[in-house]
Amino acid sequence: MIKDIKTALLLFLVLAVMTGLIYPLAMTGIGQIVFPHQANGSLIRQHGRIVGSSLIGQYFREPQYFWSRPSATSPVPYNGAGSSASNLGPNNPVLAQHVAARIKALKAADPAEKGPVPVDLVTSSASGLDPDISIAAALYQIPRIAQAGGIDIVTLRHLVQQNTTEPLLGFIGEPVVNVVKLDLALHDRYAAAHGATVSPTKGPQS
Amino acid sequence: MISTTILTAAVLLLTILLALPLGRYMHHVYAGDRFWATRLMGPVERGLYRITGVSADQEMGWKRYAVALLIFNLIGGVFLYALLLAQGALPLNPLHFVGVQGGSAFNTAASFITNTNWQDYSGGSTMSYLSQMLGLTVQNFLSAATGITIVLPIIRAIARHKTKDLGNFWVDMTRTVLYVLLPLSALFALILMEQGVVQTLTGEVRADLIAPFISGGKTILHQIMHVGPVASQEAIMMLGNNGGGFFNMNDAHPFENPTALTNFLETLAMILIPSALVFMFGHMAKARRTAWAIMISMLLLFIPLTLVSQHYELAGNPVLTQLGISQANTASLAGGGNMEGVEDRIGAGATALFATLATATSTGAANGAYDSLMPLSGGVNLFMMQLGEVVFGGVGSGLATFLAFMIFAVFLGGLMVGRTPEFLGKKIESFEIKMTSLSILVMPLLVLIGTAIAVTTVAGRAGVFNPGAHGFSEMLYAVTSPANNNGSAFGGLSSNTRFYNLLTGMCMLLGRYWTYLPLLALAGALVEKKKIPAGSGTLTTYTPIFIGLTVGVILLVGALNFFPALALGPIAEQLAPISTLTH
Repeated sequence: MIKDIKTALLLFLVLAVMTGLIYPLAMTGIGQIVFPHQANGSLIRQHGRIVGSSLIGQYFREPQYFWSRPSATSPVPYNGAGSSASNLGPNNPVLAQHVAARIKALKAADPAEKGPVPVDLVTSSASGLDPDISIAAALYQIPRIAQAGGIDIVTLRHLVQQNTTEPLLGFIGEPVVNVVKLDLALHDRYAAAHGATVSPTKGPQS
Repeated sequence: MISTTILTAAVLLLTILLALPLGRYMHHVYAGDRFWATRLMGPVERGLYRITGVSADQEMGWKRYAVALLIFNLIGGVFLYALLLAQGALPLNPLHFVGVQGGSAFNTAASFITNTNWQDYSGGSTMSYLSQMLGLTVQNFLSAATGITIVLPIIRAIARHKTKDLGNFWVDMTRTVLYVLLPLSALFALILMEQGVVQTLTGEVRADLIAPFISGGKTILHQIMHVGPVASQEAIMMLGNNGGGFFNMNDAHPFENPTALTNFLETLAMILIPSALVFMFGHMAKARRTAWAIMISMLLLFIPLTLVSQHYELAGNPVLTQLGISQANTASLAGGGNMEGVEDRIGAGATALFATLATATSTGAANGAYDSLMPLSGGVNLFMMQLGEVVFGGVGSGLATFLAFMIFAVFLGGLMVGRTPEFLGKKIESFEIKMTSLSILVMPLLVLIGTAIAVTTVAGRAGVFNPGAHGFSEMLYAVTSPANNNGSAFGGLSSNTRFYNLLTGMCMLLGRYWTYLPLLALAGALVEKKKIPAGSGTLTTYTPIFIGLTVGVILLVGALNFFPALALGPIAEQLAPISTLTH
């Protein structure tokens, strides 16, 4: 019994050092050398500044940008320090109220659009950090952006296409558009059009 | 639905193809054979035994094996508890988190040593990197290895005759970590990193937003992103059926599950080792056809249930259809379906598949918000767990419980034909049936009594988030998941309260060890028996009839125990008329 306790203690310590220190630290070392971009968060840099991660969505509210999916993080949407879902049950009346309010906001921003709203554009994602929208959700927003941002529809469709990921082998994943990359491309165009220097913190304000 | 069906078939097929060689490999590892792996890692293994004073060839009887396991788990639990309390004063804490509060630390320690990985805390904003690595990652390895040490003695008890020796716990533990879990995790972590899972010791990253916005009267200029040593933990959390995420939203968080490919591989990783163990059993017990019968039984239970879940998720939420939105699955344009609490890159169908596998195995990981699943999909999650975590089940513990169900089926079959039941050459007598029944019945008792306590107390009802039948489901889930060492949750429930910390903590400990001890006693009894040659009265354990009998017994026990509770929760919610919901 005493011998077993001693063995248990020693074995626990040795295995803990192996799996809890050597293994994660070795993986960190390898990651930092072999995959430095991914291991540090797939960050997008512009003019020496970090403007986001291609994996973590951002909140867009102005009509000339593609809107991301609704986010349930607090205190602000797309809080990268605290992922969160709404946890609303399918029959919870609050869910229906939220969705109705989001549909209203979309219609208010583009009264001409009469078609049904793609579901992902009015439901909050699981992480609250979803960087993507469906292609349908991107196409739905094109008329609004064309009008508000003064970019022609063909160019917008082309931009959407450039930032689209198709399902792998046709059945792994869903067709999605990366909103962060898409809106960054739009942002650069707006900045260039205004003849201003590209400065992410001084983006157009509504 | 077609692409989701192909996805499901691809995951299951690829898993079996990988599990076949892995099962053979594990058989060689535990038999102590000399082959390429032992030539590679043998010196490390022997070095470990020298340091820790283990005599590798000294076998243990069931009592000594059980005591060794309990001591080892207790030490792990105490160490984790102390580490969590003290993390504020320890290094590798770049975000300066304070020590975890006592009730939560107890709950987390109980949770991670039992392979449950129920989380009453929010990972990315509670745990220091030292706690994540030296605390949680360590237990991800050791609790999974403990699961395998639960099933190894039972298999040896079937394979061996007229002895007391069931193996050496220290050796089984060491070999599992060295030869199985560590190499697989390192390989998987590399793939995950390549795809975008973060792995760094930096505290957080600050980005200047592309388009600053105003929230609550303040202009928000920056986005703070939490990062960390995620890939190393993510790999073992899936392979070891742990499921406790680095971040709050687990495998829905893009830094834990960045692409459709990682989602595919993480789905597969959950059932890889549980499936390999089935084939390993075939080799060890020289019962390969019975192993295939087990695999087929598991698939027979899994496939219909996952199809139900996938159907309801892809069909979308009828309440939202009325509001004028499109939930259509238009293949080239959008995944569609019930997208509340689902990530776009993953999609509703793959989320349903992941959810059913996370609850069929004891992983309990989540790539979506399970609280927002459609009523019957959430119900499938509950039922998967309530079957006793036998459909693939936890790493080791799942197969162990499945074998108990098979022994029970043999007993029932024996009663029907009036012969003494025997299982793979071992006579099944009164003591074996008592232990089997005990191990099967502990869990339903915990779940039903625990849920009854939750619904009848103010403290239990106080945590509920969603109204109506769904609120009851939240409480039922919060007891079902810990009692089955699963760890997934209907996340709306506020579970970091004294009441739920205590209730779920006790369910996890009792659900693990009270199920385990009778199984080991069963192994102790079986291993002493002599082998009886198969006769005309022997029930063959790989015929379609026997598969049907086993599946029937599992379904019957699950349904009899839990149908009333499920009727009050998910079934009542499903039947609620839509017209009453939109006003």
